[in-house]
Amino acid sequence: MTRSVIEICAGLATGEFSSVEITQDYLARIALHNPALNCFISVTGELALEQARQADAVRAAGNAGALTGVPIAHKDLFCTDGVRTSCGSRILDNFIAPYDATVIEQFNQGGTVMLGKTNMDEFAMGSSNENSYYGSVANPWNLKHVPGGSSGGSAAAVAAGLAPAATGTDTGGSIRQPAAFCGVTGIKPTYGRVSRYGMIAFASSLDQGGPFARSAEDCALLLQTMAKFDPRDSTSSEQAVPDYSAGLGQGIEGLKIGLPKEYFADGLDSRIAGVIETAIDELRKLGAEIKEISLPNTGLSIPTYYVVAMAECSSNLSRFDGVRFGHRCEKPVDLEDLYKRSRGEGFGAEVKRRILIGTYALSAGYYDAYYLKAQQLRRMIKDDFQSAFDSVDLILGPTTPEVAFEIGAKTDDPVSMYLQDIYTISLNLAGLPGMSLPVGFVDGLPVGMQLIGNYFDEAGLLAAAHSYQQVSDWHLQTPGLTS
Amino acid sequence: MTLKSEDIRNIAHLARLHIDEDAIDDYVDDLSNILSLVDQMNQIDSSSVAPLSNPLDATQRLRADEVTETNQRDKFQQIAPDVADGFYRVPKVIE
Repeated sequence: MTRSVIEICAGLATGEFSSVEITQDYLARIALHNPALNCFISVTGELALEQARQADAVRAAGNAGALTGVPIAHKDLFCTDGVRTSCGSRILDNFIAPYDATVIEQFNQGGTVMLGKTNMDEFAMGSSNENSYYGSVANPWNLKHVPGGSSGGSAAAVAAGLAPAATGTDTGGSIRQPAAFCGVTGIKPTYGRVSRYGMIAFASSLDQGGPFARSAEDCALLLQTMAKFDPRDSTSSEQAVPDYSAGLGQGIEGLKIGLPKEYFADGLDSRIAGVIETAIDELRKLGAEIKEISLPNTGLSIPTYYVVAMAECSSNLSRFDGVRFGHRCEKPVDLEDLYKRSRGEGFGAEVKRRILIGTYALSAGYYDAYYLKAQQLRRMIKDDFQSAFDSVDLILGPTTPEVAFEIGAKTDDPVSMYLQDIYTISLNLAGLPGMSLPVGFVDGLPVGMQLIGNYFDEAGLLAAAHSYQQVSDWHLQTPGLTS
Repeated sequence: MTLKSEDIRNIAHLARLHIDEDAIDDYVDDLSNILSLVDQMNQIDSSSVAPLSNPLDATQRLRADEVTETNQRDKFQQIAPDVADGFYRVPKVIE
């Protein structure tokens, strides 16, 4: 059960299997492995089989699209009409979304089959999936290790073959880091490329949805369905969407790839550096021109990111007040007690920390010192990238400084957890697209390589990753789960 | 930057967030550590840099002021904790 999306599309098209049959296979595999992995918060088996029957009927009528009948898992942050959308939080444990996110609507229109909603760090705040109200997710490569976060359930589900593809969201690395930790391919598009409508907001100027799959080729197909201008998202881009699959063959001959020296400095596991060097050699053989570049403000990206993200989260999460939906405390004595206890009981520790820091950073007398300062540094970080893209086509480096760590290893120290995001968060601050693809192993755990593109150059990223995957087989490796 | 337990109580009140008294000390430590990390921002003089709020420097798109949503009150109130006669119920606010 390690079929790619492309292989499933081919099997459905030739009649090798029906959508109902392949959906049943995945549901059986979820039933077998999810108890140990905990990738899914909700498995929507009945709905999946209903959608699969419809997809088979659409295909029989000769109306199948590119993804008709393909099973997929969705991060439990995308609102799904009539299906619980928990965002990994107790406060939304009873929340049956009353509408579909645009991304869900687009996949439904494309005829895909939803297997279930995947586990995640509460409100997408975390780098290990340990902040979920529904428990940690196990990394399929070593069950004692984290899958990364926040989209840990999606990444682990694809790695373990519980779904051929999954959606995720990325505010500071939440697609790329779990993709790296689980040995799958994931892309975070340019800010504004994929609609945020119906994606439960964490930090609105950073959030962006994207796909996980087994290869760049699969990601191209999925992104084609996700990327679209949406008038319901006020920051959605009107830029035309190219044909990503058609662009995959453009190769990387003559492509200029920059290696930021700051991404290979202290703090990077030297064994990861070695694996990345080997991958760079492959790209050189394919004709890429490799040069060193500098992103001098990289070190400032962590403090800058956490101020922006926490300030925006404290505003966004003020909507969860126990009045119109979600958890409400028992017997509130007055309105203030209702707000405070509903939120106090509903949110977990990391979400509370971030709301408190964000509230502090935005409070009277501190706004200029924190939020305004962070916005100024944000421009400097963006300017670094823009200067770099004057002389290179793509930027390359490790996705993470370490491979997947053990469950519990960093939970007592929030700051050490934040430092995991050093190579990923600056892209969100700048709004640039990035992807992670598997390039080897350290200690039996996958290593991810990050490619960073210029604005709206998702096609260039996917093509470069595809070229590499044509001459390597890291993306074809699968964890040794029993059966 | 070091916070005191009184600061935590004030911020928690501003955020309308109940914090258990016996957890205050942990929040003092965690939040002070996070603010120390954040204070690294002051290593750089950025006073002449224009703040960036949208990563693409885009401005808010406007639309015509037309009704586009339909009334779905019954559907929305099905998931509400406490409703009566089409209203959301909360504890008494005015004596």
